[in-house]
Amino acid sequence: MLSVLIRRLFQMLFVMLGISIVVFLIFFATPGADPSSRIAGRNAAPETLLAVRHDFGLDKPLPVQYYLMMKHLFIARDLTSFVNRGQQVIPEVMEATPITLSLVFGAAFFWILGSITIGVVAAATKNSPLDRILMILGLIGISMPVYWLGEVVNLITQARLHDTWVFSWVPPLGYKPLTEDPWGWFKVMVIPWITLAVLYIGIYGRVLRAGIVEANQEDYIRTARSKGLSETRILLRHALRTSLIAFVTLFGLDFGALVGGGALLTEVVFGLQGVGKLTYDALKTLDLPVIMATVVYASFFVVAANAVVDLVYAAIDPRVRLA
Amino acid sequence: MTAQMPAAVEPAGTFPAAMERPALGPWARAALKLWSDKAAMAALSLFLLIVLVCLLAPFYASRIAHTDPFTSNIDGEITVNGEQVALLQPSEEGLGLGSTPIGPTWDITNYFLGADTQGRDVMARILYGGRNSLFIAGTSTVICLFFAAIMGLAAGFFGGLVDTLISRVLDVIWAFPIFLLAISLSIVLIAHGIDIGPISITAGSLWLPISIIGIVYIPYVARPVRGQVLSLKESEFVLAATGLGVPSYRILIRDILPNVMTTLIVFVPLMLALNMLTESALSFLSIGVQAPDASWGTIIQDGQDVLYTRSWVAVAPGIAIVLCVLSLNVLGDGVRDALDPRAKLRIR
Repeated sequence: MLSVLIRRLFQMLFVMLGISIVVFLIFFATPGADPSSRIAGRNAAPETLLAVRHDFGLDKPLPVQYYLMMKHLFIARDLTSFVNRGQQVIPEVMEATPITLSLVFGAAFFWILGSITIGVVAAATKNSPLDRILMILGLIGISMPVYWLGEVVNLITQARLHDTWVFSWVPPLGYKPLTEDPWGWFKVMVIPWITLAVLYIGIYGRVLRAGIVEANQEDYIRTARSKGLSETRILLRHALRTSLIAFVTLFGLDFGALVGGGALLTEVVFGLQGVGKLTYDALKTLDLPVIMATVVYASFFVVAANAVVDLVYAAIDPRVRLA
Repeated sequence: MTAQMPAAVEPAGTFPAAMERPALGPWARAALKLWSDKAAMAALSLFLLIVLVCLLAPFYASRIAHTDPFTSNIDGEITVNGEQVALLQPSEEGLGLGSTPIGPTWDITNYFLGADTQGRDVMARILYGGRNSLFIAGTSTVICLFFAAIMGLAAGFFGGLVDTLISRVLDVIWAFPIFLLAISLSIVLIAHGIDIGPISITAGSLWLPISIIGIVYIPYVARPVRGQVLSLKESEFVLAATGLGVPSYRILIRDILPNVMTTLIVFVPLMLALNMLTESALSFLSIGVQAPDASWGTIIQDGQDVLYTRSWVAVAPGIAIVLCVLSLNVLGDGVRDALDPRAKLRIR
């Protein structure tokens, strides 16, 4: 197990290194992305440009620049933005992180709850009208663009039905920190949570139903039934439990991707300044230090989630060999 | 056992009809199964209907609505119920600054869904936008499947260094949040276009989002293909062929490729749906299809400014996306049931 862990760790570092280099190279290969002309301002004199280039170390060879940037990011931790002079990158990411984490954790709560309910009910009532309806609803959830759903939800809760008792409690878009105003935090976040969760409830509900239906044909379910266990117990303790293996795998990957900035569209629609939004804004202004920081941050979560999933998977299911 | 039975005791469950016909091949059987899947066929019809309607966009714009959906028409006036009405009316909200486009007239020949902030016919734009959305989804799916098949086949079949190399590249792409990768590529490329050797794409071309979307999802398909090739390589019929001395390129083409084809076909509707969602999201972030071209994503983006006053501009293209993606997903389920009954493949 230990050697697997160590190998995983190295693999993780390798992938993170690869990603940061790729991003770095994409950036410098981009025409018009020269940071010095942005820093120096419009119509800067050639001398200023040269001075800026020297100050920021942009006249050094690329590998050295990469090394310096990584050093500022990880060791000195004082990497500064190219676009907003003096703005430190790491505090910026740190500020955005709780917003993204609140969004993703809350949504994950709803999607675990929703999808297990839907999956179990649909599997228990297999081929009944209820099962059909749930599966169709799941498919509709998968088929909706999340940003569009967010807009429709905003339209209903912020405008059309905002003056009725149903949605009069909905606060204006934005974020309230959990530590300052927990109830306000909940009220602001609950609608983004549900919006983001809809897609995953659809996917996971369907995966879970398929898993339970498949498990129901296994020998150990027949054994359980012939032992005289109740159907509820068979469903929840035997069939559901095995099906959760696939669920855990999916969950780890999706959770990692969302924490790593994949919730961007939800953040944009609901005006949340999370990591996804930060990355998107930095990309728009081609602010390399911020991009590097968020991408490394994101890839860390994605790769870490991948690794955790593999380990959990191996722990749950001894048949899985780690390749 | 049957030989000892008297011929008169023929089991009741024989299929005389099946005996008369020559046995169907696996493809024909799958097609037959798909054909009898009502939900999948309904979904296919809906999808084809959407494609057809979108293809008729120029006809609709020039013959039915008599409008040009690509030029702004800020000072335009139309006749509604015999009255001349300005397309952009003075805003009724707040300080009365700015203007609000006219809402839906529900008259199919005349600004059916109203105008956008530029005074353009939203209905006509949705049809034209649909052509782009469908075209991008379709072409990027072809690109994605083509390269994914090559990479998956090569990695799985040759193994060794080739496998390590391809798998690591796929790992790196995979470790990016796919969406952020698409976004970074789009932002970097959309303003300047690509100019690498023989490939030259001008900025604002539809081929930029197409190639970006095509590339980022390659690992989704290449990984399962590689896995399948690996297990096929160990299967008895491939071992038998190897034992008979069949050259490896022949095994690849005759034994492995047909099996991989089913996997690829199962992926087609699912990738179409996924690519369509991705395209619309990129366009919504204004880094996909560029003005004056439209796609369903860009129209939703246009409608964001007037979301609370003229909500149809943003809502209608979203409904189009949902219908399209939903039909593709239902069709995808049907295709998977027909070709891969054990449902080993899943898009995520």
